[in-house]
Order: sequence, then C-alpha cells, then structure tokens
Amino acid sequence: MSGAHAAAARLAVAAPVFAALGDETRLHIVARLCEKGPLPIVRLTDGSDVSRQAVTKHLHALAEAGLVRSRRSGRERIWELETRRLAEARRYLDQISRRWDEAIDRLKAFVEEEGR
Amino acid sequence: MTASDRIEKKVLLRAARERVWRAISDAKQFGSWFGVEFDGPFAPGVRLTGKIVPTTADAEVAKTQEPYRGKAFELFVDRIEPMTLFSFRWHPFAIDPAIDYSNEPTTLVKFELEEAAQGTMLTITESGFDGIPLARRATAFAANDGGWQAQTRLLEKYLAAAR
Repeated sequence: MSGAHAAAARLAVAAPVFAALGDETRLHIVARLCEKGPLPIVRLTDGSDVSRQAVTKHLHALAEAGLVRSRRSGRERIWELETRRLAEARRYLDQISRRWDEAIDRLKAFVEEEGR
Repeated sequence: MTASDRIEKKVLLRAARERVWRAISDAKQFGSWFGVEFDGPFAPGVRLTGKIVPTTADAEVAKTQEPYRGKAFELFVDRIEPMTLFSFRWHPFAIDPAIDYSNEPTTLVKFELEEAAQGTMLTITESGFDGIPLARRATAFAANDGGWQAQTRLLEKYLAAAR
C-alpha cells in the first residue's frame, strides 16, 4: 500500500468520530474507559446522574462510530476503547491544524511586511 | 481535553488592525497570501469561486504544486463586520484535483480581530468537523500532505520579494 493510500485508509473513519464525541456523556464514557481500561456498564454509571439505559444508548452510538467495542465476559458485557480510531480522528484534526499554522505564517509575513 | 470538533488559533500580528482587516477581508489580498485567485470580491452571503495559484518563485517546489495548479476553489462568505469579524464556510483545505467536494458538508471559519498592545490579536476558529463524511476526507488529506507545506515556503519567499 502506498503512503498516500495508507494515510487515506487511516483517515477514512475520522468523520463519525467527531459526532460521537460531541456529547458530554460520551466524552465522559470515553475518558473513563481511557483512564480505567475495559469496564462493565455498572462501572460506567458509577457516581453519575445518567441512567444505565442512557449509558447503554451512548455506548452503542460510540460502538457504531468505531470508538468502543464490547465483549462478553461470563454474564457481563465489558466495554473498551478502540484507541486506533481515536488516534485517527486526532491525526485528522492535527493535519488541518497544521495547514492553518502554515496559512497563518503566510498571513503574518504578508501583514508585517514594511510599506504595505 | 481539547475539543474534538473544532480548531482555534490565536496569533499576535505586529501590524495595525486596519492593515490586518484589509489582508483578510479583501479578496485580492486574502488570495495573495493564502494562495488562491478569487473570481470576485468578498460580500456577505456570496458563494465565491477561484482557483489555486501556486507560485513560480521556486521551480523545484513548483513541481510539487503542479497537481494543485488551477484546482477550483470555492467558499461561501458568511459575515463581514468591519475591523472585527470575517467568516466563511468552506470544505477545509479542499485542494485535491481528483475529488469533487461539492456534496460535502462545510465547516465554518471565523477570523476575529482585537487590538493588542503590540498590534492585532487574530483568532481563527474552524468548527463543524462533526459533519464531515468518511472516505472523501481521507483521500483529500492523504493527497494534500506535503503539498501545502511546500506552497507555504514558496509564498513567503514571493511575498518577501515583492517589496
């Protein structure tokens, strides 16, 4: 796979990630899983106002965006982060951020030039 | 944890507010540092077309820009509040000639100016990434990487020389 093709493949899933993370409860779930590693639902509703039903709904949205996955462990379902997808989403924004840095450098040179 | 659907940049420009405002709100000036030749002036609510214009200041670098030369460019001007705010919607850095971006959601870019002790504080915010679709964006950025960087260096040279 060429470099460009591989990069395309990596970024191909960036988009729904942002929508999935746009909600505070989801951000909280992702942060929790990041901090603690794989967890069952009961540990994700710990000390929060959000109902188990709501957390389940959010987890499914996150799973659909490819950010988390679950597996059966005995009678429990354990949820964990798909860190690769998060890294891809981060890389995508970083790329645009870099382009802005470059554009800003051009603007700076342009306006700070004498006699314009 | 930084926001996952927006980018914010702040830069202190050592130039008067009026100078910065002109560089941003005048389509010719904006195009000259950004690297696009627009087909008309900026006005609120207008859809403005243009094309990418890589410089010819450096033949070597120009070669890497050939794929982007003449690539159609468009933006949708949003608000113009003199000396304070200029905003537009666009397809972020959509310069891959192989891609038709026209059906994709746009992001909103805002340039906000404030006076500062040594010049002008410019804040650039881009938001709305959550609406952007999958593979199109991926291929666009894979192709872009490197192209813009070369163009940046080139334009800086060009602008420095045009005194």
